[in-house]
Amino acid sequence: MKPAKFEYHAADSTANALATLSQLGEGGKIIAGGQSMGPMMNLRVARPEAVVDISAAAELRAVTDDGDDVLIGACVTHGQIEDGEISDPSRGMLPHVAGGIAYRAVRNRGTIGGSVVHADPAADWVTTLIALGAKIEILGPAGRRRVPAADFMLGAYTVSLSADELVAAIRLPRLSADASWGYTKLNRKVGEFADAIGAVVIDPPRRFCRVVLGGLDGTPCLLHETAQAIAKGERGDLPALIKAEVERCLPHAAAEKKQIYGIALNRAVTSAIG
Amino acid sequence: MADTGIGQRVKRKEDARLVTGRGTYVADLKMPGLREVAFLRSPLAHARLSAINKPDGAGDSVFVAEDMNGVLPITARSTLPTYRQSDYPVLATGKARFAGEPIAMAVAESRAEAEDLCEAIELELEELPPIADVWRALAPDAGRVHEEWPDNLCLRTEIEQDLSELERSAPVKIEREINTARQCMMPMEGKGVLAYWDDRAAQLVVISATQVSHIVRTGLSECLGLEQGAIRVQTVDIGGGFGYKATLQPEEVCIAWLALKYRAAFRWIEDRREHLTAGANTREHHYKIKAYADERGRLLGLDAEVWVDIGAYSVYPFTACIEAAQAGGNLPGPYKFDFYRCKTYSVATNKPPFAPYRGVARPGVCFAMEQIIDAIAREVGREPADVREENLVPVEAMPFTNITGKQYDSGDYAASLRGVRRQIGFDQVRRRQGEGEADGRLIGVGFATYTEQSAHGTAVFASWGIPIVPGYEQATVRLTADGGVEVRAGIQSIGQGLETTLAQVASEILTIPADNIQVLLGDTAMTPYSTGAYASRGMVMAGGAVSKSAGVLADRIRAIAAHLLQCEAGEISFENGEIRAGGASLKFSDVGRAWYLRPEELPEGVDQGGLEVTEGYKPGTDLGVFSYASHAAVVAVDPATGHVEILDYAITEDCGRMVNPMVVEGQAYGGTAQGIGTALFEESPYDAHGQPLSSTLADYILPGPAELPSMRVEHMETLSPHTAHGIKGVGEGSAIAPPAAIVNAINDALRGLGVEINQAPMPPSHILGKILAASGAAS
Repeated sequence: MKPAKFEYHAADSTANALATLSQLGEGGKIIAGGQSMGPMMNLRVARPEAVVDISAAAELRAVTDDGDDVLIGACVTHGQIEDGEISDPSRGMLPHVAGGIAYRAVRNRGTIGGSVVHADPAADWVTTLIALGAKIEILGPAGRRRVPAADFMLGAYTVSLSADELVAAIRLPRLSADASWGYTKLNRKVGEFADAIGAVVIDPPRRFCRVVLGGLDGTPCLLHETAQAIAKGERGDLPALIKAEVERCLPHAAAEKKQIYGIALNRAVTSAIG
Repeated sequence: MADTGIGQRVKRKEDARLVTGRGTYVADLKMPGLREVAFLRSPLAHARLSAINKPDGAGDSVFVAEDMNGVLPITARSTLPTYRQSDYPVLATGKARFAGEPIAMAVAESRAEAEDLCEAIELELEELPPIADVWRALAPDAGRVHEEWPDNLCLRTEIEQDLSELERSAPVKIEREINTARQCMMPMEGKGVLAYWDDRAAQLVVISATQVSHIVRTGLSECLGLEQGAIRVQTVDIGGGFGYKATLQPEEVCIAWLALKYRAAFRWIEDRREHLTAGANTREHHYKIKAYADERGRLLGLDAEVWVDIGAYSVYPFTACIEAAQAGGNLPGPYKFDFYRCKTYSVATNKPPFAPYRGVARPGVCFAMEQIIDAIAREVGREPADVREENLVPVEAMPFTNITGKQYDSGDYAASLRGVRRQIGFDQVRRRQGEGEADGRLIGVGFATYTEQSAHGTAVFASWGIPIVPGYEQATVRLTADGGVEVRAGIQSIGQGLETTLAQVASEILTIPADNIQVLLGDTAMTPYSTGAYASRGMVMAGGAVSKSAGVLADRIRAIAAHLLQCEAGEISFENGEIRAGGASLKFSDVGRAWYLRPEELPEGVDQGGLEVTEGYKPGTDLGVFSYASHAAVVAVDPATGHVEILDYAITEDCGRMVNPMVVEGQAYGGTAQGIGTALFEESPYDAHGQPLSSTLADYILPGPAELPSMRVEHMETLSPHTAHGIKGVGEGSAIAPPAAIVNAINDALRGLGVEINQAPMPPSHILGKILAASGAAS
């Protein structure tokens, strides 16, 4: 369980990293915290010819606030988010989610950008960021582009990112003072990857409401009708609506799976509605 | 009397280095010219090896079976009548019999480069129909794991009694099928071995993470055709064993062979993927049980069949078959009943070779038996705890020989059950159940009582006729010139605190503080022979040997001291590390000094053996001394998701005289944690092709701190009549009961839903599936 031979490049800036990536072409791969990439390389499931280590690039560890949005640098760790070291636009949702990722040693090194790019469907951030309406800030040879989190993940372990690009930051809208959220992760033990995630964000002043089901085989599923009902204050029979939407999203899932998806969503909704 | 003697809560001497990262493990060793080894393992569960093509120029860096001229396979024999012999080649020959079986090994400067070489080896395999489970193995059209066998049965055992009268007349009859999954043992340190040739000693030196160094020496001698004097097996710190390291490993033979051939140093460290796949080797039992009882739930008889999936080979020296044989012998557990029939089948499959794991068969039999007791109680409409208590061997029957001939030497089993019932607050739990939970979860309480056969010896192992049978355990105790003590024993410390507890035994006799007693273990060149650390035998056997040797040493010290003090030996006593006679006193260093440095001061006729004693010790019985305990669990089951939380956990245990209660409690905590793993989390599933599906710790779920309850341990102390100081073994016990206590608690919680769980582990998906099936059936 040792990696195949690879070259190691340290990049101390995004410019440096992009230049190295463009030289390396398809054989180059970004590494940050290495908490997914490291094991995959050790298992030789990932065999990059070269890795470009961006963990020392200060700009990727920065957190900036432009009034409406907060930009969290891609190399900010789960641990920094958990500890409240960064400006939190989510009214506590980000630290809550971060604290449930793996165990502390992983959170000390693992980064939010790395998790989003790795796109494990059972990971916490992919579902959370969709629920919060985050956008992914991407740097490449052509400059900067911005993709909604819901569009960035294309499938399990697949994202909209080319070999010469890197994720620079996560752009998160600031929740209003009246916003609320709910997050329910069902898993085998504390810190384990999810069997089901229900993530709900309700922000009436911004006319924003999202209900997201994660922990699936592929990309998280947005429950639009449930979100609309919540937004309209129609709370009569949300469990039935959720059940119908789970059925529509995942008609072929096993009965136990549909059950826990429904439970994760219902509990997240209950927690968000209060 | 010493304040670091038997019964004292002495802090573990080894912990300072172990918890501050100053321990030394095989992977930490540095040696000039040391090269690293990686194994190429079979990707298929069952395949003929058509060709193994080495990369060009790899003649001296890649090795296959045919390169290892003269190396014999590992052969674990047994004289049990139906036992079938098989060879366990150290590198596969002819065919591979499980996914993960070593086929070739590669040597390089680093492990990564050795793995590169493994990747460059071309394997031509012809896939054979995989035999992925016992039912497939027993099918008439199944192929065979070993062609020379007529079928896939390695061993059958049978205990036969006529149950026809019970079948006619018993008021209560229940039947259950109960399964425990295959799993791994998970010491923090996996296997590891380093070997080199020592020219000066003309010895092959093998440093291995093993529980059984002296057995490894014997086994290496057999496989390599090398005299034992030319082999030294050493140990360094070992990060847990649990039975995983209690056998001769094929990799040990391979690394030793490399060192022998090249007269150089080689090392292999098992990585976690190898561990989880090639080492998924334990716990898989299948039971079909019919129980007979009276209207009160009194057990009248038991009719059982047990299948154990032993994998592809039989391990050395204990064989893969003691598991099933022990299952048949131990299924009756702490219960008194008169009719028993049990057939066991040790079934070979294309999985890793079965090895005995902490508890050996008893976690499985306890899991099965305790469910039967609860099922009977539900059938007759009584409290399971009451029915359990009425079925236990009563205190007035002790000593008691049970239905399978186990001799329960002492104890009050019912008192342990009452103790744990009180600890867990049984009546409050029942009240709470009646009130219901605000969050909708269902509360349940479950009990399990077991006996732990410990330190079973010569007669038991000899009856199995296996290659190595334990006899007298020896230990050396030596007084040094400055009044310190050195203890040397061939048993191995694997984290269980022997460096402290053996020192406590010597301290008890000599009154010298445990801090001044150095304990050296395992090294075959430095310690007397021992079959090692397994079967909860350490404190009984090695503790007994240290006690006996220290006692003889004490006599010799008294003789010299009497001469120095000009008194009779009978007047001498030891107190707080001093030698006293009336008002006079000496230091132990005065005696040490006389023997080593001032022999002119010694008395006429002094014992020429001096201040170093090696004695052999066996308890008064070979049949084992029986510890026992009751465990109780309170769980909350979320009926919407199947999740289980352990709300409370209590233990009342009796292991005879406790040498160090803190160490006993440590065994209770650790064993219970492992038992919770077996109950709720750990599983090594295989697909129909015999492919392991848990190959990383992301798939193989272990309980962590957040999943473990805060356990309470209460002691009873019934001395064994058979052993030095009344000690009984305690290493394995606490891993036995948790799956049983937890399944009973879960079934108690789910009773109202008409759901009963009969397997381990019990993941949420399984529990939820049963709940949904029951509610579907109801609606």
